[in-house]
Amino acid sequence: MRNLVQFFIRYSFFFLFLLFEVVSFYIIVKNNSFHNSIFYTATNNLVGSIYSKYSSITDYINLKEVNEKLAIENESLQKFQFKNYEKLFGENILVRDTIYHKKYLYTKAKIINNSTNKQQNFITLSIGELNGIKKGMGVIGPSGVIGVVNSTSKHYSTVLAVLNINSKTSAKLKNSNYFGSLQWDGKNYKEGILADIPNHVELRNGDTIVTSGFSSIFPAGIDIATIKDFEKLEGEFFYDIRVNFLVDYKNISWVYVVKNIFKEEQIELEKQNLQEDDQ
Amino acid sequence: MINRFLFYPSLFIFLVLLQVLILNNIQLSGFINPYLYILFIIWLPIDMPKGLVMLVSFALGLSIDLFSNTYGMHASASVFLAFLRPYLLNIMAPRDGYESNQNIGINDFGILWFLAFSSILTLAHHLFLFFVEVFRFSDFFSTFGRAILSAIVTLILILISQLFRYKSNNN
Repeated sequence: MRNLVQFFIRYSFFFLFLLFEVVSFYIIVKNNSFHNSIFYTATNNLVGSIYSKYSSITDYINLKEVNEKLAIENESLQKFQFKNYEKLFGENILVRDTIYHKKYLYTKAKIINNSTNKQQNFITLSIGELNGIKKGMGVIGPSGVIGVVNSTSKHYSTVLAVLNINSKTSAKLKNSNYFGSLQWDGKNYKEGILADIPNHVELRNGDTIVTSGFSSIFPAGIDIATIKDFEKLEGEFFYDIRVNFLVDYKNISWVYVVKNIFKEEQIELEKQNLQEDDQ
Repeated sequence: MINRFLFYPSLFIFLVLLQVLILNNIQLSGFINPYLYILFIIWLPIDMPKGLVMLVSFALGLSIDLFSNTYGMHASASVFLAFLRPYLLNIMAPRDGYESNQNIGINDFGILWFLAFSSILTLAHHLFLFFVEVFRFSDFFSTFGRAILSAIVTLILILISQLFRYKSNNN
């Protein structure tokens, strides 16, 4: 102990120097946006590469469960295959598909870091800008919505998870189309809150909540949660609804990043309305 | 001799104002920018405690930063300069050590000693500052070149300032 103290006293000038430099660099990174972005990109890359090594180990351990889930997903996809359909009338089918546009593109991504125990949970994905990931794209898993891409570096991206007190997802009731916003209160990773549903709507426990498609981030109709219980509050216009998430956020490893091809077009058009309002 | 407690604070204020009001606006051929304010750190008394020198340098760098919107950059470079200064003083000490009434400058140490002392410190400060400013090591030589050219201009200004002191002491 005395040696340690003596060591510090002996090199006190050097430690003073280090202290001042740390303070200076803290001020630099905090206040200069350019230095800030370089600093965070560098640390993001470093942290990302460590996590990707770590997750290659945990992935192997989870293999069995992932396989099971893939099998279930395959099963549900099987029924859409063309060979499963039988012709009812006529000899030929002519498909002139000009009515349908492809609107959403999907990119698969591996989760390399995830948390559920904080107030603001973020997920790190193994793909980034080089794979065409941009800020604001949606992320969905095999069984529901995961979150929205929050920041990207060259090879990695972070996702603002549904389990983040700042996250708001536009959602609607599957059977009645009334829409509200899905939030998380930071308590239980299995439960969330559906806000802004007017209290004249008929609800039942177990009703499914799906994405509304309004926000141009997610396609409409992706399952998110089921209603756990709800309450009509006196003097309020809206229900107090608690929901069970369909996704087990503690156990996800592969997800899809959703790109909306028409997003810019929609936002551009909606912006025009706002400008007209201003005039 | 001018009273230390009056001289150094007024020099501090004078050099900060000179730097932010005049020298920061001088950009020779677009990228050479002299930073004369480090003259203050070079000139500080030899027997001043090292830690105090560092604290004063930090304050000086930070005040330059406040005026030129470069939060922290000048502060870190000045602290680096204050860190090097005592080691350099040790290495360059005369055979009999320093005397208490000696001031760093041409008068007491001669032009060669002062030129070597201030050019090493200026160069170290400018290299540190310019690399912190670009914050990466790609384009190494272009940053290096800018730092050296600016250091040369700063050094010329430091030598000119010595002439002022030289004269006033002779009179």
